[in-house]
Amino acid sequence: MTKRLLALRDWVDARFPLLQLWNDHLARYYAPKNFNFWYFFGSLALFILVIQIVTGIWLTMNYKPSAELAFASVEYIMRDVEWGWWIRYMHSTGASAFFIVIYLHMYRAMLYGSYKRPRELLWIIGMLIYFTLMAEAFFGYLLPWGQMSYWGAQVIISLFGALPVIGDDLALWIRGDFVVSDVTLNRFFSLHVIAFPLVLCGLVGAHLIALHEVGSNNPDGVEIKDNKGADGIPLDGIPFHPYYTVKDIVGVVVFLIIFCAVVFFQPEMGGYFLEANNFIPADPLKTPEHIAPVWYFTPFYAILRAIPSQFGGVVAMGAAVMLFFFLPWLDRSPVKSIRYRGWNYKIALALFTLSFIVLGWLGLQPATTAYTWMARLFTLIYFLFFLLMPFYTASDREKPVPDRVT
Amino acid sequence: MINARFSIPEREPAKRGRNLIPSPVILLLLLLANPCWSAGEGGYTLRAHVDLSDRKSLQRGARTFVNYCLSCHSASFMRYNRLGRDLHISEDVLKENFMFGTDKTGDTMTVALNRREAEKYFGVAPPDLSVTARSRGADWLYTYLMTFYRDTSRPNGVNNLAFEDTAMPHVLWQLQGWQEPVYKEEVHEDGRVSQVIDHLEVVTGPVEKPQPYQEESYEETVSDLVNFMVYLGEPIKLKRNKIGAWTITYLLVLLVLVYLLKREYWRDVR
Repeated sequence: MTKRLLALRDWVDARFPLLQLWNDHLARYYAPKNFNFWYFFGSLALFILVIQIVTGIWLTMNYKPSAELAFASVEYIMRDVEWGWWIRYMHSTGASAFFIVIYLHMYRAMLYGSYKRPRELLWIIGMLIYFTLMAEAFFGYLLPWGQMSYWGAQVIISLFGALPVIGDDLALWIRGDFVVSDVTLNRFFSLHVIAFPLVLCGLVGAHLIALHEVGSNNPDGVEIKDNKGADGIPLDGIPFHPYYTVKDIVGVVVFLIIFCAVVFFQPEMGGYFLEANNFIPADPLKTPEHIAPVWYFTPFYAILRAIPSQFGGVVAMGAAVMLFFFLPWLDRSPVKSIRYRGWNYKIALALFTLSFIVLGWLGLQPATTAYTWMARLFTLIYFLFFLLMPFYTASDREKPVPDRVT
Repeated sequence: MINARFSIPEREPAKRGRNLIPSPVILLLLLLANPCWSAGEGGYTLRAHVDLSDRKSLQRGARTFVNYCLSCHSASFMRYNRLGRDLHISEDVLKENFMFGTDKTGDTMTVALNRREAEKYFGVAPPDLSVTARSRGADWLYTYLMTFYRDTSRPNGVNNLAFEDTAMPHVLWQLQGWQEPVYKEEVHEDGRVSQVIDHLEVVTGPVEKPQPYQEESYEETVSDLVNFMVYLGEPIKLKRNKIGAWTITYLLVLLVLVYLLKREYWRDVR
């Protein structure tokens, strides 16, 4: 039996680089041995992508992308499809979990300088994934066709209308109608289940190829490839498989425990993951009192509202996301990891973290005068983190970096 | 005799008006504690007592629902046979006491009332109630059903503390009787004085309660009804906690195993 399987493997290997792929990406991909807690989120993101695709396929089997039937078909899935409720909650919780994990994954890069040379392109591909994910989530959020789905989409699409000259035509082109309608729902369905998942999978593939080309960073920000043994293997490297596969499985199980606690006990998560208003079918004639996007967009929504002019707000919101692309060049520090950085960067990063969280909270609140001024203050801090980075990182007082990982 | 006196908390939106800038720590706590949605119209809230494990309560709630609500409101995502299965109501009893518009247990709980006609009568078609407990919340539903009061300026002669100028008549008046508001004076910051509702009082007790309702108070009837509507909003809620507990137990066992596996493999690192 074993002999036969080995023969089959060799047969395939003579026609397809099976062993080479296995070795390049798993068995002989050498990862630093000192990964910590923050390094679980890459594999977790991949795991959630699989959850979303699989549950998405099953949801699509019963979902009806039409303004007339969409809301009812979701309730049909919740009640009449065997285990439909479970598939739906996995998918809705998975959306929020995806953003939590991606935000932590990005934050890891900021802690340990993973975007710095030679990983600039890896970072840029990652940012493209984040962009695609935001679009994917936005399209998907319209599909249940509840009040929040409808009015959220209405608000976000109308933002494009704020662009000069082409704005109104662009918004019309996106909607395919003068208001969000059946036409919009249908095309968002198409984009959500085919176009963007394809792009997402392609980009994730490119992200992994780029990662395995340059090698993983680590909490010390030391290049393990600089210290190789006589056999050409990094002294501080261990093969990804089996070491990190077995370690990441532990991460996946811990994640699943938390994930299932939400899916089975708090699927609405107090209104953060599934909003109460979205249990009211979309009504184009009745605007809800208070429209707030889902939590993962709220930091940018708060920035949008903080700027007095609508066009200025849209520009600021766009810039708030785009600035991440430039991190590899804004950061002038010779040191990667926060462990060896000086106080300038530590304080700046702490302020940025605070502003991101506070803006996220403000984006969920009604815009009162006090809140608007708070949003302005934290928007300023948010932008200064990026714009002043070349100065405070260049003048920072770093600690000496060790030659080998600790 | 029912003594339906309850004090009414402050209107919630008023709290949001003036705000000192809280410290970041308080903000973080608020972030964790404050759900982002509010109930909408009005702001008075009484607390509902939801207990989905109380099957008798769910059955009584279902009875009230089909007798009083289902004449105008549909629950068109809910099937009668699901109701029977989940609440342990036999098919005969189900057909006899719960199904008035159809005799096919696989049908959903629809109403004969024509939407266009209904709009003519009430000004607005009665909404489908399948998932109302999920959009409004149990507390709001309980408050709504408890706080109808006489208001001669309204077409139906009633108003509501949870839903100002509601189009719905007080369908359960036979069970509750009629309530009148008791006003108090409120002095505004500019010295202006106005009359605001302090609480409601039952002025005319319930007359000739139908048989099954004679032994229970109105609060109990409404509690059961709201309990049922929470179930109606998400029937799987009866079971999903239990499934979740098993799933997490399994995962905890798995965690021990995969952790031991990891430790075994990592023995030779460093």
